[in-house]
Amino acid sequence: MTSSRDIVFASVRRALGATGQEAPRRQEVADRIAGHPRGIIPARADLPPAQKIDLFKDMVRAADATLDHLASVADVPLAIATYLRERNLPPTILRGADPRLAALPWASAPNLDVWIGPSDGRQLAGLSHAFAGIAESGTVVMLSGPDNPSTLNLLPDHHLVVVEAADVAGDYETVWTRIRAAYGPGVLPRTVNWITGPSRSADIEQTLLLGAHGPRSLHVLLVGAAL
Amino acid sequence: MSVQITSPQFKANARAALADAPLQQALSKVGLSFIGRRSAAAAKLPEFEALRDSARDIKNHTLAHLDLYLERYEQQVIAAGGHVHFAVDAAEARDIVTRICREAGARTVTKGKTMIAEEIGLNDHLEAAGIQPVETDLGEYLIQIRGEAPSHIIAPAIHLNKEQVEEDFRRVHAHLAPERNLSEPTSLLAEARGELRAKFLAADVGITGANFLVAETGTSIIVTNEGNGDLTQTLPKTHIVLASLEKLVPTLEDVSQLLRVLARSATGQDMSVYTTFSTGPRRAGDVDGPQAYHVVILDNGRSGMLAGAFREMLRCIRCGACMNHCPVYQAVGGHAYGWVYPGPMGAVLTPALIGIEKGANLPNASTFCGRCEAVCPVRIPLPKLMRHWREKEFERHLTPAPQRYGLAFWAFFARRGWLYRPATRLAMWGLSRLGKAKGRFAALPLAGGWTKYRDFPTPQGDTFQAQWQARRRAQAQGQTQRGGNR
Repeated sequence: MTSSRDIVFASVRRALGATGQEAPRRQEVADRIAGHPRGIIPARADLPPAQKIDLFKDMVRAADATLDHLASVADVPLAIATYLRERNLPPTILRGADPRLAALPWASAPNLDVWIGPSDGRQLAGLSHAFAGIAESGTVVMLSGPDNPSTLNLLPDHHLVVVEAADVAGDYETVWTRIRAAYGPGVLPRTVNWITGPSRSADIEQTLLLGAHGPRSLHVLLVGAAL
Repeated sequence: MSVQITSPQFKANARAALADAPLQQALSKVGLSFIGRRSAAAAKLPEFEALRDSARDIKNHTLAHLDLYLERYEQQVIAAGGHVHFAVDAAEARDIVTRICREAGARTVTKGKTMIAEEIGLNDHLEAAGIQPVETDLGEYLIQIRGEAPSHIIAPAIHLNKEQVEEDFRRVHAHLAPERNLSEPTSLLAEARGELRAKFLAADVGITGANFLVAETGTSIIVTNEGNGDLTQTLPKTHIVLASLEKLVPTLEDVSQLLRVLARSATGQDMSVYTTFSTGPRRAGDVDGPQAYHVVILDNGRSGMLAGAFREMLRCIRCGACMNHCPVYQAVGGHAYGWVYPGPMGAVLTPALIGIEKGANLPNASTFCGRCEAVCPVRIPLPKLMRHWREKEFERHLTPAPQRYGLAFWAFFARRGWLYRPATRLAMWGLSRLGKAKGRFAALPLAGGWTKYRDFPTPQGDTFQAQWQARRRAQAQGQTQRGGNR
């Protein structure tokens, strides 16, 4: 019996006038995947480190997110406590088991309750550590894994994200190179979330409103200086 | 919503749309919002035009090697622990999805926005199988509770006003306090968020579309602003991706090129809020994410399009720019097109998917102004492809008889210049005399279809050809007079 898979492949090959066995075609595809050539990279992403950080900050804010630039990771717990207090939110935050977050000096914000685990939708604030930031669009890149639940990126009303300045890349392609170096060629974590600002919708009369289904606020805690 | 095909009644649909005051009010905002934002986003990026070329080339390359990229994609999904199902047509795709839902013991299914689900009429099918589909994109949710189809591929409820939404919410969310204030879009959005949050958490299966499939890694990608599709594919135990063949791209670098033009062309954002890359089910040690991951790859006539001129249509990345810029779409909205895909992209794609017999009106619903092609991020020559459909329609004798006879009558004269020129001069002279007083005609014999909607301006007294010749003669004389000075 011919499977639907066979029918679809046969139909595609008939239309292309190909058998699928042509060596040059196969080589071209193999080369493209192995070489993953970069296309056009916007010049605005190609900047010296300090200006790249400035562009990242500008683009994050242009996407309606907020941003604190902290001198050191040690400042993160206090910055979180301050963020929550200023918005009249309870001093509670949920985070993943990421060792980079575990190593923060939580004692510096003694009133802050820190919970660990995935979100079930009942938390007002969640904290994640970004794999990278992308200056050209003000995007943060989140990778899923045992220590980094994807639900934290989407369910809490307020999503706070630690981004280390050294991890801010100019463009998307640089981040793919780093992910390949970390995970191997052809492999991605289960979920990669690029997040550019807080959730929004313009589905009612083209009026843009923040806080559709994902976080109503995205707050970036940018740490350290550019390298 | 399973969409009834009303494309053959496009003219009646369009007449009804033009007379629909709330629709006209809603449509008046299409051009205002989308066009300015797109052009501002494009202007801010000096490389935008070069990126459009790059996007076109990537899609062309992928389509020319589609069998091989599909093979590679399938291998990578399986390597990541997912399943790939191929569906030849809509019925098969519906059956596959329903079977997976049944096997998962699903009672409710959340859905991210997917046009493929509209194309295959998935919701009706799921309901018939006792499975409740819940649309989670705000616009899709609005039309689901109204029992309507989307009227735009990225703004499905663009035809609605907030007063209509308020009315629907009061009807459907009857358990909420009747005295609540829903007069502003903010309160409507907050109510939808609250209602849908519970559905996200309760769903057994999440169904999303895919903006792209990456062969290199076996990844499906969705792009949203609300975060709804992202929740849909993160929370339930099973994630089903519905995608058509042509969503393939080779590598992560290639998809990055396409993402740079997608949001800019669609909403004028540099990047949409959420771009989510999903590869297989949750991994060992993961604390969230789906336990099963299925991809249904739909052909439904697309492989046939690879063979001829319509292959170019398969580059489409569904940004909606062509309809946002289309004077016909702006006048009649998406429902008039009578099936899933409206606007210029729909006018080319619909006849390919449902047949030219049913879709012939759509490629005729164009002024050929060319704005769609001018803004298409993958440079699809939409007017040329619509013209191809008109030719096919004519070849197959699908064109209405009066139009065929009219064209034959005109062609008789047009092939005989010695007859055509004096005949048209006489006609223009006559019309200019007759219409001199008013400067326009409210009605003309044989042109009732035209003058029904607008006046016909009175000709200025002579034909273009005659005026051109007169001017040439005058110039030639002028040159002989000035000849000595040159």
